[in-house]
Amino acid sequence: MVNTKVNLCGIELDNPVIPASGTFGFGYEFAELYDINCLGTFSFKGTTKDSRFGNPTPRIAECDSGMINAVGLQNPGVEKVISEELPRLAKCFSKPVMANVSGFSLEEYAYTCEKLDKEEQVGWLEVNISCPNVHGGGMSFGTSPAAAAEVTRAVKAVTTKPVIIKLSPNVTDIVAIAKACEEAGADGVSLINTLLGMRIDLKTGKPVIANKMGGFSGAAIKPVGIRMVYQVSQAVNIPVIGMGGVSTAEDVIEYIMAGATAVEVGAANLVDPYASKTIVENLPAVMDKYGIKNLNDIKGCAHNG
Amino acid sequence: MNRGKYLINGNKPLTKDVWEMTLEGDTSHITAPGQFINIQLDGFYLRRPISICDYDEKTITIIYKVVGHGTEAMAKLLPGEYLDVLCGLGNGFDVSKCSETAVLIGGGVGVPPMFNLCKKLLSEGKDVSVILGFNTKDEIFYEDEFKALGAKVYVSTVDGSYGTKGFVTDVLKDLEYDYFYTCGPMPMFRAIEKIAATSGQYSFEERMGCGFGACMGCSCKTKYGYKRICRDGPVLEREEIIW
Repeated sequence: MVNTKVNLCGIELDNPVIPASGTFGFGYEFAELYDINCLGTFSFKGTTKDSRFGNPTPRIAECDSGMINAVGLQNPGVEKVISEELPRLAKCFSKPVMANVSGFSLEEYAYTCEKLDKEEQVGWLEVNISCPNVHGGGMSFGTSPAAAAEVTRAVKAVTTKPVIIKLSPNVTDIVAIAKACEEAGADGVSLINTLLGMRIDLKTGKPVIANKMGGFSGAAIKPVGIRMVYQVSQAVNIPVIGMGGVSTAEDVIEYIMAGATAVEVGAANLVDPYASKTIVENLPAVMDKYGIKNLNDIKGCAHNG
Repeated sequence: MNRGKYLINGNKPLTKDVWEMTLEGDTSHITAPGQFINIQLDGFYLRRPISICDYDEKTITIIYKVVGHGTEAMAKLLPGEYLDVLCGLGNGFDVSKCSETAVLIGGGVGVPPMFNLCKKLLSEGKDVSVILGFNTKDEIFYEDEFKALGAKVYVSTVDGSYGTKGFVTDVLKDLEYDYFYTCGPMPMFRAIEKIAATSGQYSFEERMGCGFGACMGCSCKTKYGYKRICRDGPVLEREEIIW
């Protein structure tokens, strides 16, 4: 028998598999297909203070082994998330959920986090300072250590639950930003958000996506994610959630070997709605294949030599 | 929605660049005409959403136009191969909204979803007229198939090489109907919107990420709130559309 349990900031997960924000909605589309309680948890759709429609369409472009999205944080706003989405979610998901939060000012981040922190269903707050698809917010907080620390402090000051800061790979030194978050009181960091990318339609000579640029995700970005998790997890003493191109149980193990405590699955959910479930189901056999009895035994093993 | 392996039974060109593919597999999740399937293709990251032209207990017919690398790859597929398909996506057309006389308007590759809709309406005893709009005679497909169902069929071609010269609206303006259903390009929708005499339903197209409502890639604003073309659509009612 292998042990797939991991501990994420004081909460035990049955397994380290977490569908990533923006690829799993508020869970119901998937709960219609399978019992989503098989997951470690999931990170719900990025929530802001006010309701947002997001960017104009087209918002999606296909790439080799990946995709670009520029959805732009479409969500019903924190009040409706609490009054409508969470009660609906409670009917199909009994585990603590990860609340993903975005904002356009320190006050907005703090406001939204404070509200969600009070919800019993919420286990962790994942604070997105790395969305590449909104102007004047999102990623602008995630590209300097000082700004990242400011958001972390603002959120920590008004919350009691573990705060995980979601980091952008679109920076010169992700390690410095992760360390700044840790020093400011973050309980964990998750990385990587999408890489800023672009496609051009040869027939029109214009960008495929209305917003011109968007976040590149999918299998193609996995080596970048692995590298950054490897670097960050050696530099900080808080848990790191690894993500970027995860689509198999092998990928989960690779991220944990790089130093991740848990792993998020993103674009793969959009290609195969059963992807996260399949990863959970395949994980024990893959652990067995590599002689892994407990995921904690291999965490960060790549750091040694 | 269900996901499954579907056997390709046939894959043949109907015109220079429009193909018809028949698939065998579970069709029990299809609940209305106008829904679509989402097909995974080797070598492509995202699936290809294609409208369902017709279906029965175990087969699905789709018609697609070769417009890019994905559909080029589809045209090379052979009978006997299997495809990974998400089946029964989207809301589809609501046939209960039509009381007696329907007109179905398909433009180009907007024609296919009209076929099963036509069948359904006829089986419910409705009087059905179909307008098929193409650019030119060589692009026409399914005229005989619609006639065989028993519908009144009108064809328009932009260059006048067959049927009524002009656009679908040049036929529509002279017809009597109490409800309309349409699928096709946006300029055709705008022309219909100007002259349509009744309520109706439009089936929209948009670039999709997942096709089942998770990614918010294909959202649009309607008078009834934000909707996802893949999940809350692709069919929207005339009254809710913001042009």
